[in-house]
Amino acid sequence: MKRIVSIALLMVGAVLLSGCPKKHNVIEPPTAGTQVPGSSSTTPGEGASTSGRALDSDAAAQGANGMNATTGPLSKRVIYFDFDKSEIKPEFAVVVSVHARNLTSHPNLHMKLEGNTDERGTREYNIGLGERRAQAVRRALMLQGVAESQLTTVSFGAERPAVEGDDEAAWAQNRRVELVYAP
Amino acid sequence: MNKRFSCVLAVGFLMFCPPTWAELVVEITKGQADAIPIAIVPFSSPEAGSFDVAKLVSDDLARSGRFKATDRKDMIEQPHAGAGISFDDWRRLNNDYMVVGQVQTLGQDRYNITFELYNVLTRQRLLGFQISANKPGLRLASHQVADMVFEKILGIRGAFATRIAYISVLGALPHKDYRLIVADADGENPHVVMESGEPLMSPAWSPDGQKLAYVSFENRLPSVYVQVLKTGERQRVSARAGVNQAPAWSPDGKKLALTLSTRDGNLDIYVLDFATQALTRITDDPGIDTEPQWSKDGQNLYFTSDRAGGPQIYRVGADGGDKPRRLTFQGSYNARPRLSPDESQLAFVTQEDGGYRIATMDLRGRGDVQVLTKGHFDVSPSFAPNGAEIIYASRDRGRGVLALVSADGRVQERLVSSEGELQEPAWAPF
Repeated sequence: MKRIVSIALLMVGAVLLSGCPKKHNVIEPPTAGTQVPGSSSTTPGEGASTSGRALDSDAAAQGANGMNATTGPLSKRVIYFDFDKSEIKPEFAVVVSVHARNLTSHPNLHMKLEGNTDERGTREYNIGLGERRAQAVRRALMLQGVAESQLTTVSFGAERPAVEGDDEAAWAQNRRVELVYAP
Repeated sequence: MNKRFSCVLAVGFLMFCPPTWAELVVEITKGQADAIPIAIVPFSSPEAGSFDVAKLVSDDLARSGRFKATDRKDMIEQPHAGAGISFDDWRRLNNDYMVVGQVQTLGQDRYNITFELYNVLTRQRLLGFQISANKPGLRLASHQVADMVFEKILGIRGAFATRIAYISVLGALPHKDYRLIVADADGENPHVVMESGEPLMSPAWSPDGQKLAYVSFENRLPSVYVQVLKTGERQRVSARAGVNQAPAWSPDGKKLALTLSTRDGNLDIYVLDFATQALTRITDDPGIDTEPQWSKDGQNLYFTSDRAGGPQIYRVGADGGDKPRRLTFQGSYNARPRLSPDESQLAFVTQEDGGYRIATMDLRGRGDVQVLTKGHFDVSPSFAPNGAEIIYASRDRGRGVLALVSADGRVQERLVSSEGELQEPAWAPF
């Protein structure tokens, strides 16, 4: 039932979108009543079904396939890792499953997984570690049904930090895989 | 992440545009107690304000840490040829050696540098030489004077007239500007060889010093390029699916070792033959195999692998036939091997007390390891072509800087640039 509702919502979103192309910049910021998706729900559309306002903003913000989501679960597109590790921590299982579902329901979507490390260690070995992290996310997505052809990986190693700084606070934000949608 | 600055341009190395970025300044951080005292007397010169040959020679020799150059204000006289030297006076000022010389105009933007090297104790003339150069060539000619003096006194070929390549990163997140720069070994005379809004990595000199291989992430995917310095002309030599990294030239310049990955992200070492485009897989292990470096005879490859857990250094035949042999056992992190020119030492990055430092391993004896630096982020070692020094990337007050350490660890210096993060120095061959 929920699934039908969310598909219906996505279709409405598509209609809304096609009615006003290139108008993403007029989306109103979500009000208190529209923030359900970000709070406890893990399924796109599920929370949005509680409010008509949410339908408008979410559908418009995410487009028909979640590619451009700026709010809601699909907007979470970074998975962080522990030092020298490439295992996906339990708190990021939700991020993986949300995007896995989105990718399986939109087989034309592609995703690039960009692996990154913190600055410590040698540069080329860090490329290897970044690739290992991107591959861990790729495998997790494929285990949940995403087609291999939808996914590509790239490793930037330590070359593209998210934040500057040489302390653990900065490093923790740089050890990451970014999930990047491509049409 | 909307419209990233993605300007990508290759700049000819020998362009006549003056460099617009800050040059490097050398700070000696740890000197050698028994440095040899030498006086480089200012050369006579035809024009006021012309190039100061003696200063550059003096700076080069002092920078090596093996010489202590006498301050000009302590020179009571300034002879320009052997006949004018009062050796007793120079001896009293504790000089072991001295250099005197002249710069003469030959007309038509042509100069002659004449110099002599004397042993102050024996009053013996050790060198007498003449070098001719045009105005832009005076800097190189002066480095050559320093090279000859260095070699005559120490018996080691000088490497002052060589070049380095490095990466400079400018700007703040998320719009960084990455530059591949080639400069003189003292950091002067920098030229941008390549500039991009996406990362540039791992510059590697061809054995003839005419080309650089490097990794560029333009289009947000890694590719290996080879660029001819004189013309700026470049060629993409590897843009396979997945990783294209860590280029290393074979000693004959005909092949490139590099790191590629399979579809499931397994990094291994491969060798690409430029002429046939044949690709040979050298390692085959589920771990990360990367950072290859050739032995001088082209028979072996040294590389980093974490097949045993953490990264360690291994050696394998360059035809990929045999099983890799592990070389490092001390510590949990040893990576990015670089051979000294005579192959007596292996420089690499090791982890010690939580910091990443430059270490060497004795390849001829019992494999003794010596940690040469004390920083926390010391990486990317590269030997000078004479093997006397190692240049590496370090951190100084939160900034990426280049630093030098003598191969015996006794002399350390920092090359400080007033802007940009400097990374991955690679010392050019002679």
